[in-house]
Amino acid sequence: MSMIFGVPLAVLSGQLLIGIINGAFYALLSLGLAVIFGLLKIINFAHGAMYMLGALTTVLMFDYLGVNYWVALLLAPLLVGAFGVAIEYFLLRRIAGQDHIYSLLLTFGVALIISGVLVNWFGVSGLRYTMPDMFKGGVNLGFMFMPYYRAWVIVAALVVCFATWFVIEKTKLGAYLRAGTEDSQLMQGFGINVPLLISLTYGFGVALAAFAGVLAAPIYSVTPVMGSATLITVFAVVVIGGMGSIGGAIITGILMGVIEGLTKTFYPPASSAIIFLVMVLVLMFRPSGLFGKEA
Amino acid sequence: MNQPVNSADIHKAIVQEQAAQDRKKMMLNGVLLLLLLAAPFMIYPVFLMKILCFALFAVAFNLLFGFTGLLSFGHAAFLATGGYTTGYLLSNYSGLSTEMGIIAGTLAATVLGTGFALLSIRRQGIYFAMVTLALAQLVFFFFVQSEFTGGEDGMHGIPRGELLGFINLEDNLNMYYFVLAVFIACYLLVQRIVGSPFGQVLKAIKQNEPRAVSLGYNVDRYKVLAFVISAALAGLAGSMKSVVFQLASLNDAHWHMSGEVILMTLVGGMGTLLGPVVGATFVVNIEYQLSQGALRDWVDPILGGIFVLTVLAFRSGIVGEIQKFVKKNLG
Repeated sequence: MSMIFGVPLAVLSGQLLIGIINGAFYALLSLGLAVIFGLLKIINFAHGAMYMLGALTTVLMFDYLGVNYWVALLLAPLLVGAFGVAIEYFLLRRIAGQDHIYSLLLTFGVALIISGVLVNWFGVSGLRYTMPDMFKGGVNLGFMFMPYYRAWVIVAALVVCFATWFVIEKTKLGAYLRAGTEDSQLMQGFGINVPLLISLTYGFGVALAAFAGVLAAPIYSVTPVMGSATLITVFAVVVIGGMGSIGGAIITGILMGVIEGLTKTFYPPASSAIIFLVMVLVLMFRPSGLFGKEA
Repeated sequence: MNQPVNSADIHKAIVQEQAAQDRKKMMLNGVLLLLLLAAPFMIYPVFLMKILCFALFAVAFNLLFGFTGLLSFGHAAFLATGGYTTGYLLSNYSGLSTEMGIIAGTLAATVLGTGFALLSIRRQGIYFAMVTLALAQLVFFFFVQSEFTGGEDGMHGIPRGELLGFINLEDNLNMYYFVLAVFIACYLLVQRIVGSPFGQVLKAIKQNEPRAVSLGYNVDRYKVLAFVISAALAGLAGSMKSVVFQLASLNDAHWHMSGEVILMTLVGGMGTLLGPVVGATFVVNIEYQLSQGALRDWVDPILGGIFVLTVLAFRSGIVGEIQKFVKKNLG
């Protein structure tokens, strides 16, 4: 078997694949954070909880209602997105004029409530979600075995990321969004319903997290606490990439997943810490982040 | 109508009122001190010490959050570093007197705090919170994987030992008065810092950082110093906590703990001196009461609810709202 730096090629490419998949999740999640940050100027600490809700809804809808994977892929983000709109409308809006620190703390409190309540209902041991039949098995690429589902996750995440980028950068709605980022008061003056735009933006960012959750349901263990550790890693990814650009968030997410996968192959003990170490390096040598514009 | 007003009279009146207020404050402080001294005869001392340790933790956090306006989401790292360092030294070097162990733990947290500060002040606002959270997670991973911390099991049976080589801290009363003395000293230190010119600059940074910069202050240096002092005191709280409970565990390093100290400060009243103390007392009590009753599994969501409620309805916290009320109705 061919070896690269003393590691069998199959092992290396296997870890790389896992890295790319993790990276796809980082990309989706940091993209949602970036979208929300753009208009609301807050970091959504409930983002991990929304990701978890996406996965949990998928499992529950299947177990109790027999809703299949494809419907869940559409329905779960919609439900969680609507939940997000409600949170924005009933909670975040009330403190809109205050220091952004308060809205950040508010989302943190919301996350505590959501995961705390669900832990009581479902415990912390993982729920199982059976993979749809059509995704069972995989294809041998010659140098590695590629499970169908993992290939699908990568494709789906990339398509959604690209679509989001396209909507924000190339469409009229996206132009409103970007204008709102620059000066929401002026936009209001032009007759655009900014409060509605804000609600929808929060809902959309949260729906992206839920979409990632649905993708994650068949391959990760679904628990009420699955979001929190992931979210902290995503924060590090966001600090590394900076939230200045949508494209930057996507590229950084995948890059960090790959680096994590490589670390797992060559020096496993550091694999959980590597992204945070990269963050430290970035802060030392390029404090505004790889794609950041802000100080 | 136009009565001639003698400025000397006004001055005298102001001085008198000031003196009266000072007397009131002195009396209040005296009563509080007496209560604290008598408390261990009425309430279980270990519980009181828990409150004092968390109160110190929150006071330390508030120096950074409430007075400088920097939201650190990583203060658990300092609490845990203080605790683990002290625990490790006291467990493995039996000749070491307890205060040396505590000082060493505080120093370790100070060093870590300096590292955190130098990295995190490179980003502002929301990024600052994320950077501190991520750095604390790095520290958490370190503690999980290190041998000396006992990993998931934690560090048990840390000897309380003797203070200065002759005061037996195994005795809960001795331990309590030691913790109380350290707490009061730190509280007075923070009070002094906040009132000093240095503290005024911190407040200026909180209110309007660009203006502080334009006035010629080296803002970054002030921020780092505030961060380091805050981290040191948080480490001291952790060190004492590990001695009191003879235990140091991963709980102290978890992000959950960083969130809890934010809650304590917020509920009590950020930016007030007494607020974090009240907040810590409140949160520790709530957690204890809940853990005894039927709601024992609902601590997290209830804390989350308090978080949301505080942010929505009374952002000034308990002490802040009382101050407002007093000013409005009695002032």
